[in-house]
Amino acid sequence: MLNKLRRELESIGSLSLDLISGIGAVFVFLLLTLRYSGTSFQRFSLTIREIFYSGVLSLIIILVSGLFVGMVLGLQGYETLQTYGSSESVGVLVALSLTRELGPVVSALLFASRAGSAITAEIGLMKATEQLSAMEMMAINPIARVVGPRFWGGVISMPILTAMFIGTGVLGGYIIAVLLIGVDSGAFWSQMNAAVDVSHDVLNGLLKSFVFGLAICSIATYQGYSAAPTAEGVSGATTRTVVSSSLAILALDLVLTAFMLKG
Amino acid sequence: MNRATLNLWVGIFVVGGFIALLFLAFKVGNFSSGNLGETYGVSAHFDNIGGLKAGAPVKSSGVLVGRVVAIQFDTKKYDALVTMRLDKRIPFSNDTIASVLTSGILGEQYVGLESGGEPEMLKDGGEVTHTQGAVVLEKLIGQFFLSKSQEPAEASK
Repeated sequence: MLNKLRRELESIGSLSLDLISGIGAVFVFLLLTLRYSGTSFQRFSLTIREIFYSGVLSLIIILVSGLFVGMVLGLQGYETLQTYGSSESVGVLVALSLTRELGPVVSALLFASRAGSAITAEIGLMKATEQLSAMEMMAINPIARVVGPRFWGGVISMPILTAMFIGTGVLGGYIIAVLLIGVDSGAFWSQMNAAVDVSHDVLNGLLKSFVFGLAICSIATYQGYSAAPTAEGVSGATTRTVVSSSLAILALDLVLTAFMLKG
Repeated sequence: MNRATLNLWVGIFVVGGFIALLFLAFKVGNFSSGNLGETYGVSAHFDNIGGLKAGAPVKSSGVLVGRVVAIQFDTKKYDALVTMRLDKRIPFSNDTIASVLTSGILGEQYVGLESGGEPEMLKDGGEVTHTQGAVVLEKLIGQFFLSKSQEPAEASK
């Protein structure tokens, strides 16, 4: 009985230690990436290529989801606000929930599963096929040449994608509320205009998405770089990227929101 | 994919991001109306400010003329001290009346200014002495019931 309890405690202990050492390893890898990120800016064409692969190719999913999320918010918001007789405020509801929460969080989750997993799989396969070791043999630092551009490409793309997500979301809300339901267009925009503060809502939302971008890209590159060099290892690393970056996004969101609402 | 096409797509992506940001700043947010240009500061004491917050608009006849910058509790008079910054191009007379009003039933609260007839104008750092605080719903309901309870007595005469 006592032995069983001891084993349980040991497994809890090893889980916590694994979690903490995992976070520590990601941080060390992030610092290493930052240390060797000179190449990403000196040879900016490398970074541009990665912005294309993680940013431009994510556009379709981001824009379509933004439109649908905005439309759903418009419908739901209208239904609820109508019972209080203030259906014109639907614009405020759509804009505030998108800029403060849904825009940064949903676009970051989509970005983690669309671009983060691709980064992990690519770097993991490069490692499995010993391309990274070959680079080291030629005295090319793989962190500077392979990891850096992918990291910065993702970090730059994330806030841009979020801004577009929020923009299309507001347009989706407009399509539903004004064009289909018939809420007054002037009241929709003017109430939204009065309620949304540029620095407090819009810029804070983009700051959030920048932090999420940092988290996703450092987790994705770390998982790829530390993946076991087998087919199984790469698939496991890709899964871990999506799971741990989604958890990191939601946890960071709580912390950032608490700070932003206080300030 | 060749480099020129890559650059073109990334260029379109970045420009699209800027357009989205401008849309958020000017159409969704209030970047344009938040700027008042040159301002002067005035203060006012209110017995009750209700739900007024720093950053709330100051309006006269419904037109935005300034913003509330700070709200403090004055321990000398034991009431609320509201500091506002008003547009320099719009002078208000010394006997201006300031009141805390609500736009709509559940809307945001703002400070309404009504200029008086005095030729002397408010200066930077001046004080609006005629003020009217926010209407407290509980007090209003209390007054309503008080007047209702007196009514039947008059009606039965």
